[in-house]
Amino acid sequence: MNTKRIFLRIIAYILVIIGGISFIIPFIWTVSTAFKPDEQIFLFPPKWIPEPPTIKHFKEVFEFIPFGLLYKNTVLLALLNIAGTLFSCPLAAYAFAKLKWPGRDMLFIITLATMMLPPQVTMIPQFLIFRRLGWLNTMLPLWMPSFFGNAFNIFLLRQFFLTLPKELDDAARMDGCSFFDIFWRINLPLIIPAITAVTIFTFMGTWNNFIGPLIYVRSYNAMPLSLGLRMFQEAYSAEWGALMAASLMMILPVIIVFFFLQKYFVQGISLTGLKG
Amino acid sequence: MTKFKRNKEEIITAYIIILPWLLGLSIFIVGPIISSLMFSFMDYSIVLPPKFIGLGNYKRMFLNDPLFWKSLYNTLYMTVIGVPLNIVLALSVALLLNQKLKGEALFRTIFYLPSVVPQVAISLLWMWILNPQVGLINYLLSLFGIKGPMWLASEQWAKPAFIIMGLWGIGGNMVIFLAGLQNVPQHLYDAAIVDGANIWQRFRYVTFPMLSPTIFFLLVMGIIGTLQIFTQAYIMTAGGPMDATLFYVYHLFNKAFRDFHMGYASAMAWFLFIIIFIATIINLKLAPKWVYYESE
Repeated sequence: MNTKRIFLRIIAYILVIIGGISFIIPFIWTVSTAFKPDEQIFLFPPKWIPEPPTIKHFKEVFEFIPFGLLYKNTVLLALLNIAGTLFSCPLAAYAFAKLKWPGRDMLFIITLATMMLPPQVTMIPQFLIFRRLGWLNTMLPLWMPSFFGNAFNIFLLRQFFLTLPKELDDAARMDGCSFFDIFWRINLPLIIPAITAVTIFTFMGTWNNFIGPLIYVRSYNAMPLSLGLRMFQEAYSAEWGALMAASLMMILPVIIVFFFLQKYFVQGISLTGLKG
Repeated sequence: MTKFKRNKEEIITAYIIILPWLLGLSIFIVGPIISSLMFSFMDYSIVLPPKFIGLGNYKRMFLNDPLFWKSLYNTLYMTVIGVPLNIVLALSVALLLNQKLKGEALFRTIFYLPSVVPQVAISLLWMWILNPQVGLINYLLSLFGIKGPMWLASEQWAKPAFIIMGLWGIGGNMVIFLAGLQNVPQHLYDAAIVDGANIWQRFRYVTFPMLSPTIFFLLVMGIIGTLQIFTQAYIMTAGGPMDATLFYVYHLFNKAFRDFHMGYASAMAWFLFIIIFIATIINLKLAPKWVYYESE
């Protein structure tokens, strides 16, 4: 019995280690390529450690495309989307969860129903709206809608508001607090973990968004990294060193955010998974 | 009197704070839903005013557009093969990590990390990894004496390549499974061990039923997500070779934003909704056969 247990644990370790290596190896491969001198990139069998390591490709990225501008645009878009989401979603979620008003349940059902529609259904009319407004080739279509809320975030935050005890609100009412005060001073601070999760999702969503910029943006002035990287790849498809360097620079902030907020990432993902 | 005042204040506050969403829902969601439904019955190329053509777009889709069927097939291939593989692998890794191994936190991070990488970066990384001549995968295969395929340049191997690439992103599902495993009560395992259940029996009669609602949720979400696959194909293969990776949304995108057939693309979008709807209904119908809910 005991030998069998030990045997099984050894198998488990072997499997986890093999799996872990295969998951980490693409990152190592990318880092290795990004730091390799050109003549070592196409060696077969490959050389894992660049000799000597060079930052040439990282410099090239800034020469081939206006990488700094793309970076600035992406950060700006992420901040605007986070601001918009935090402005619109907690308030709407609070109205759905805690306040009584005519039409609430019907509006909530409509909100839920729209979550089932694939975004492709609304994509074309939205494009026509932004085109009519003359917003093509600006960043506006990529952040403006966030100030008007998002069904998924509103739903998620509503579920959290619902878990808060009603007694707190009633006591605050007795003391003469307005409904907005109750939201701002009592309820909102209690759902900070959920707010953090929504903020992370919004940041990731913006950093990731590709089809949006692809539809709306042509020039570098309004372009985020995702589309910029694609333009770069289209123009310099054989420059693997520079492509990997650019990819690494795009990934880096996401990884940093992940390591600082790991707990909230995992929490947020599990909560959406389990609440759904 | 105070009661009335209270309600009035509550209602006014509610309408003020719901206003942004009310506008957003009307302008960006409900309005577009209505117009897209109308466009789907129209010939609309932006430059000319829309013209009502009844079921014309839908007829053309089913009868006169071989690429529609091709893209539908490609997408279903990815869904039917990719989604179950993804879930099985995510569950296996979660079960392994749940054995209280040393370094569990480190391994969890390693398995999760790829799923935070933006899709565009993933695509570029994997184009290089899948490079037939000097890429990582074919190098690793060559260590075992196997000559790797052309991957993205091969009509036969391009879709499997996308599926393998997708497996790199199981981290999100794995984390959800790990959370689900935390909720399986230990006393069930203890009871099973007392009854002499072996590892497989404990999985089959304790873990699997307790996790089945999670598996069901991830299956439904995985199917919906995979039916909308686009970015990888756009960047890595441009839909080729020989349209082997022209997926449904990619075809829709081409129709809308390359050919400006807005009416036709709208009809495709609504048909996608119908596919998602049917897939979800099938899942819901099959669920009672294998999904176990404690409360029942």
